[in-house]
Amino acid sequence: MNAIIDSVWLVIALPLAGAVGLHFGGRRLGEPMAGYVATALIGAAFAVAAIAAVPFIQGGEQATHIMLWEWMPSLGANLEIQWDSLSALMTLIVTGVGTLIHLYSVGYMHGDERFHRFFVDLNLFAASMLTLVLAGNFAMLFLGWELVGLCSYLLVSFWYTRPSAAAAGKKAFIVNRIGDVGFMVGLMVVFASFGTLSYTGVLDRAGDVLSTGTATAVGLLFLVGAAGKSAQIPLYVWLPDAMEGPTPVSALIHAATMVTAGVYVIARSAPIYTLAPTAGMVVATVGALTAIWAASIAIAQNDIKKVLAYSTISQLGYMFIAVGIGAYTAAMFHLMTHAFFKGLLFLGSGSVIHAMDDEQDMRKLGGLFRAMPVTALTMLIGTLAISGIVPLAGFWSKDEILASAFGMGGYGYALWLVGLIAALLTAFYMTRQWVMVFLGESRWEDGVHPHESPRSMTVPLLVLAVLSLVGGLVNTPFRFTLEHFLAPAFEGISQIHPPEGWTSFLILAGLSLLAAVIGVASGYLVYRRPTESWARFQDQLGGLWTQWENAYNIDDLYGALLVAPGKRATEVAAFTFDTRVIDGAATGVAALVRRIGGAIQPLQSGFVRNYAALFLIGTVAVVAWLVIGVWF
Amino acid sequence: MIVTAGWYMGLAAILFAIGALGILIRRNALVMFMCVELMLNAVNLTLISAGRELGTLDGQVSVFFVLVVAAAEVVVGLAILVSVFRNRATASVDELAELSG
Repeated sequence: MNAIIDSVWLVIALPLAGAVGLHFGGRRLGEPMAGYVATALIGAAFAVAAIAAVPFIQGGEQATHIMLWEWMPSLGANLEIQWDSLSALMTLIVTGVGTLIHLYSVGYMHGDERFHRFFVDLNLFAASMLTLVLAGNFAMLFLGWELVGLCSYLLVSFWYTRPSAAAAGKKAFIVNRIGDVGFMVGLMVVFASFGTLSYTGVLDRAGDVLSTGTATAVGLLFLVGAAGKSAQIPLYVWLPDAMEGPTPVSALIHAATMVTAGVYVIARSAPIYTLAPTAGMVVATVGALTAIWAASIAIAQNDIKKVLAYSTISQLGYMFIAVGIGAYTAAMFHLMTHAFFKGLLFLGSGSVIHAMDDEQDMRKLGGLFRAMPVTALTMLIGTLAISGIVPLAGFWSKDEILASAFGMGGYGYALWLVGLIAALLTAFYMTRQWVMVFLGESRWEDGVHPHESPRSMTVPLLVLAVLSLVGGLVNTPFRFTLEHFLAPAFEGISQIHPPEGWTSFLILAGLSLLAAVIGVASGYLVYRRPTESWARFQDQLGGLWTQWENAYNIDDLYGALLVAPGKRATEVAAFTFDTRVIDGAATGVAALVRRIGGAIQPLQSGFVRNYAALFLIGTVAVVAWLVIGVWF
Repeated sequence: MIVTAGWYMGLAAILFAIGALGILIRRNALVMFMCVELMLNAVNLTLISAGRELGTLDGQVSVFFVLVVAAAEVVVGLAILVSVFRNRATASVDELAELSG
């Protein structure tokens, strides 16, 4: 068994080899071979990870450290893998969902002239994300952290000839950089306090070394980084724009894996957050606000992918609530089920977009059930799962978060209430989306012939649909399998749990289910009716609807508050300061030299006798001065 | 009348002044050269007389250096002069004023 754990580095190496190999040989392999090679490699990584994770399933297995290369041992910054149940769970999600999305992409990217390039980037992303989750110290984690940011940039602006895609890529990168600065400063504080960046050196000694103040500072700085990567208030604005990327990218990076990196980092740093309850409460508050904020925006979006983007932001908010209050297992549970059903929903929306000649406006879809039954049914499962209908995956994980918040008491009641309202909104907007796309009369333009997607796309949909159906059963109040699986990774951390007893479970779960049912039912009732009644519903909400539709005009606000002053400052620096002051200094010195030169130019008459006379006068003057100096 | 070092100094000063004046007022490069030589030798005279007066050999040693440098200078200078005369058919320094600023 140890042999396979020692070779767990293959999990990173396989997709990395794919990225390098396809970069040089992908064009020769052509379509669809390049895609299948990439899929096979990430699939192989999944197989390695699954075998290596067996000891954790048996339970009680402690972390294994594998040193690959001593990079900067004095900083604790080495290429080293920490294989424990937490990284194993993340690895299984990344490689498992990643394999399905790779396979899906073979069908989705069919006919794209940069087909092989897409798989180079996708494999590179997988390798980067696995570097992040398998890292054995914060330096390697940060390496992966930056690499996934780069891959996100590359893939969001994959169709870089579209100006909007290029701009979205830049926006994603820049907003992430803002978060990264916070994260980096946090790492510096960690290094200053511990003298190392390795997990063993930091997390095992956190209680002895860190004061509450320092722990709070580190926790808040990590939150800045996590909010950037995981699209939380106030740094979430890049994620809706990132939908410019191809849909498999949205599914893999912007729903299932990369955006959960922030949650993972906070869960990994649990010993630090345990010391800083204040920082944890800030994390939970940010999560709760984001959950309801993004859910309300998602209600009024008409772009099929924008709905899912805001939904992702909202769901990540739930995970932040969980890690904030200290319910780490619940957070990882929701992270996992979210990867299933949100991956499914994105892939389903991609299937619709694929069938409708790149139409993403839900007002121009409708009635697609008959044309694409597999997509419709799998997306229905995803919709019900995210809405929290029992016994689908989302019900169990979301309910565990809400119940844990309730179980914490005090401030937790507020978090629970906000989460419950957001859950109702979630059920509403997801049902609205499904009904708008698949039911009602067809509103698409002439000449579009929707068709079911090829098998390479429907197979991942079906697999993810099954996972969304039963994925929640790994951690139910009847059987806490995931809890036991993760227990060694959170040893010594006092986690927040749902309140004890079946009565409270039934009441809390019943309330969650009630919220979900109200949301689904009202979403169905409003949007099942013809289009005119939608407008009536929206008019009743009045200004609120406009606010939601325009996403509270946050982009304009940031534009006015941050981007415009930034542009102005740049203009001043470039056109006023640079041309006047910097260039002015240079040309000024040159002009001065020219002036002086012009003034003394007549001395250079070219007549030897003039020079001789000056020479003589000078000599006489010097001699005279010396003589006078001697005499007096 | 006893010829003292002062007389030699005076003679040297007169010779130096004649040389300097010659450089300032004559246009012919060859004559200016001769004036330079005159000035150099005026200095030589002061060195020798000062050396004799002080009873050291330093003055005479310095003169040898001056003579050597002057000889080298004359070689270079005359070569330039000949080449200028060949090209321009003149030795007047006032017509060689291309280097004016």
